[in-house]
Amino acid sequence: MDQFAVKVFVRLRPSVLDPAGEATKSASIKLGAEGIKSLRIGKMIEVKIEGNGENEVREKINLLCDRLFANTVIEDYEYSLEKL
Amino acid sequence: MDNFTVGVVVFPGSNCDRDVSWALEGCLDIRTKYLWHESSDLSDVDAIVLPGGFSYGDYLRCGAIARFSPLINALDEFVKSGKRVLGICNGFQILTESGFLPGALTANKNLNFICDDVELDIISSKGGWFNNGGEKQTIKLPIAHGEGRYHCDSDTLKKLVDNELIALRYKNNPNGSSFDIAGITNENGNVLGLMPHPERACDETIGGTDGLFTLKSLILK
Repeated sequence: MDQFAVKVFVRLRPSVLDPAGEATKSASIKLGAEGIKSLRIGKMIEVKIEGNGENEVREKINLLCDRLFANTVIEDYEYSLEKL
Repeated sequence: MDNFTVGVVVFPGSNCDRDVSWALEGCLDIRTKYLWHESSDLSDVDAIVLPGGFSYGDYLRCGAIARFSPLINALDEFVKSGKRVLGICNGFQILTESGFLPGALTANKNLNFICDDVELDIISSKGGWFNNGGEKQTIKLPIAHGEGRYHCDSDTLKKLVDNELIALRYKNNPNGSSFDIAGITNENGNVLGLMPHPERACDETIGGTDGLFTLKSLILK
């Protein structure tokens, strides 16, 4: 069995309003940061997972992302995978 | 209807389960039974309410973890048999997360937790959940939510409109919901999800009685 470290990024779809991102953008500007054109907040999920090779692990991660980590009605996801 | 029993689901973090039970038993004389979320035996209930609250602490997304409970797994067959399911607030979020209703509920536009009475237009009485046949086509119900902004894509919205699945729309949209949507039904009409709390409007002395009709309609066949 191989072990992989997976980082999943879940983001609101571009068409979905992100009020928390807007509020943080507003605070960033108040802090004096210049040039911020947009700011959106997502989630990062770290998973350590075992499987027989990368393809099997990708299948498991795809299932987790589609069914649990992201709500694909409003969110997109992508992930990176590193063999340990 | 003597033996008609409404199952009120209790998740860890539900906090409107007792309100729902009180409104059904005390105001409408309808028998209720609490259903722990780990139960998958729905054989002795005739309708189900998924009450408001913060199931599983709203971890990940509201309703996302509750979706995997044994009870929600058993709900598919219950819904297919035509029995009625009412999801209130967190219950509505669970119904969208688990695919019984389309769309999703996400953070209010102004980020506030909104606790208020709102006026609602009854758009469709599909499933008989609302009375829009008479003079009264606007009702007032309490809302209490931080993540009640209904969102769906344009194709889904068109389907909701074309098939008369939009039950309630806010008169003054408090949370930024698409198309002012406050509640929708499935195509058969036996599943209703709404953000407002009908169980908190069942007694004239504490918030009006505009919620009675919807709770009473749980006993419709």
